[in-house]
Amino acid sequence: MNLLRHARYVLSENPVTGLAFGLFAMFLVAAIFGPLLAPYNPLQSNAAMALKAPSAAHWFGTDQLGRDIFSRVLVATRLDLAIAFASVILAFMLGALSGVAAGYFGGWTDRVVGRLADTIMAFPLFVLAMGIVAALGNKVVNIVIATAIINFPLYARVARAEANVRREAGFVEAARLSGNGEARVLLGHVLPNIMPIMMVQMSLTMGYAILNAAGLSFIGLGVRPPDAEWGIMVAEGANFIQSGEWWIALFPGAALMLAVFCFNLLGDGLRDIIDPRQRT
Amino acid sequence: MLKLFLSRLATAVPSIVGVVVVTFMLTRLLPGDPAAYFAGLAASPQAIAEIRTKLGLDKSLPEQFAAYLVDLAQGNLGNSLSTGQPVVTEIATRLPASAELTLFALILAVGIAIPLGVLAAVKQGTWIDHLCRIVTTAGVSLPVFFTGLLFAYVFYYLLQWAPAPSGRLDVFLSPPDHITGFYLIDSALSGNLEVFWGALRQLALPAISMAIFSLAPLARMTRGSMLSVLGSDFIRTARASGLAPGTVVFTYAFRNAVLPVITVLGMVFSFLLGANVLVETVFAWPGIGLYAVNALITSDYAPVQGFVLTMAVLYVALNLAIDLLYGLVDPRVRLDS
Repeated sequence: MNLLRHARYVLSENPVTGLAFGLFAMFLVAAIFGPLLAPYNPLQSNAAMALKAPSAAHWFGTDQLGRDIFSRVLVATRLDLAIAFASVILAFMLGALSGVAAGYFGGWTDRVVGRLADTIMAFPLFVLAMGIVAALGNKVVNIVIATAIINFPLYARVARAEANVRREAGFVEAARLSGNGEARVLLGHVLPNIMPIMMVQMSLTMGYAILNAAGLSFIGLGVRPPDAEWGIMVAEGANFIQSGEWWIALFPGAALMLAVFCFNLLGDGLRDIIDPRQRT
Repeated sequence: MLKLFLSRLATAVPSIVGVVVVTFMLTRLLPGDPAAYFAGLAASPQAIAEIRTKLGLDKSLPEQFAAYLVDLAQGNLGNSLSTGQPVVTEIATRLPASAELTLFALILAVGIAIPLGVLAAVKQGTWIDHLCRIVTTAGVSLPVFFTGLLFAYVFYYLLQWAPAPSGRLDVFLSPPDHITGFYLIDSALSGNLEVFWGALRQLALPAISMAIFSLAPLARMTRGSMLSVLGSDFIRTARASGLAPGTVVFTYAFRNAVLPVITVLGMVFSFLLGANVLVETVFAWPGIGLYAVNALITSDYAPVQGFVLTMAVLYVALNLAIDLLYGLVDPRVRLDS
């Protein structure tokens, strides 16, 4: 109850965070109910209606195959958010577990995890993602894996720092003295304690994961036509920008921007709620 | 000073080792038979077997790695399937284009972000501060390929201020004599103003798109760092001692505030090198990013591997340079080590 009241206080002080939560709710609705809410079938082409500007019948216009762009943008929300969520959760599982182990046990675990994180960070991250998707194959699941791998060092670093701080904390000592094995102390006591900070990290990196997935599909990796995904829609629209059909690329791009913006604000808001000392 | 340089160089060595190992592993992780990938999609079984023996893919993994290291030492990155040319020559030809774009974008970004951050910190709460906040928040959310497309649409199609996004130089102009490979420098050195202006016009939109993308973290860090330095005791003493406000801000506060900004440059370079690929795709800029993207589309693996390796080595070298720059700027690092 205390957290809820505190959250309400922060939201009233900072209406922008409330806006972010509202936007997030809107995206969730679009992701879950998208195909039901779409006015047209996103995959249905209609050559007669190709390249029409936004109008009352087609709110966002139509693309080169006559497909309704509004429906496609709406339905693409599900794919984009799913890719971003999946990669963030995967990165969290890999990174947080290795990070807390490294911070808690120290020694070789710390060195191995640190070396792994440093090796990943030695690459420009988008380039590494390109290389991984090229190596593993041109499928959506590999985009998730690649994005998770490049986000791994960040989670590992934060988890390691937090676990290090809590290694000698009172509740950890008490758990050890109660007879809990080290694994149980780590997973049952230390990890839940750092979850709020990890949640902030997750929402902050959601935006980056969406941008990454869209960037990879913009250059043709992962999502294939005719699937609707914001990045690939911008890539398809890029060919028509020079001849003036701006709506094909603009609306998916605006959706991308709004989603990333929403998650960044959400992350900032969550951070304000959880740890007011870190407010910028 | 030399000791600092050598110690920093020593920390770069494990990074290079890691980079080489990872790029080697990437080509062995290919689903199915790596030889089939290197032979190409239309290869017959005999061709695939030939490629397998030629590239040594039938040997054991440690032997392959040793062969890979020997190849790297000789500068052999394999051949491109689509052009048949050695990858290393193709990358070397295209590298100046990417380097010119990235450097120009970085100079733009630093030139705008640092003054913006400093002003936002000095005049906290004014319109400059709010502008800085907006730039920082919006800049992080904008996908760089989308910004590039928007600019191309607004400034080329609508306003007709910028030339068509068709590469480094207009078709009617010929490139300047090759001195550095950077069209701006080469044309300036040979006094060819028309080519200089043409190259600058083509460079403007892609560079601005990339610069906007990297403005945000730089401006945010500058502003935060300046704010914390301006609130410190020694600045208060300087002001109390009667130093002019300009001297306080630039000679004392700024020099201390710029240190975390240099550290952030490493992360900014990581973004820039990734954004390079996307911007080159949007503006058909003939650099190594576009080269890699075309190779990816045609399932040509050797160029992609060469590209990842080149970018990674460049990035390690850039981080080393940033470390050294930090050591140069901050005397405490030199004395401590």
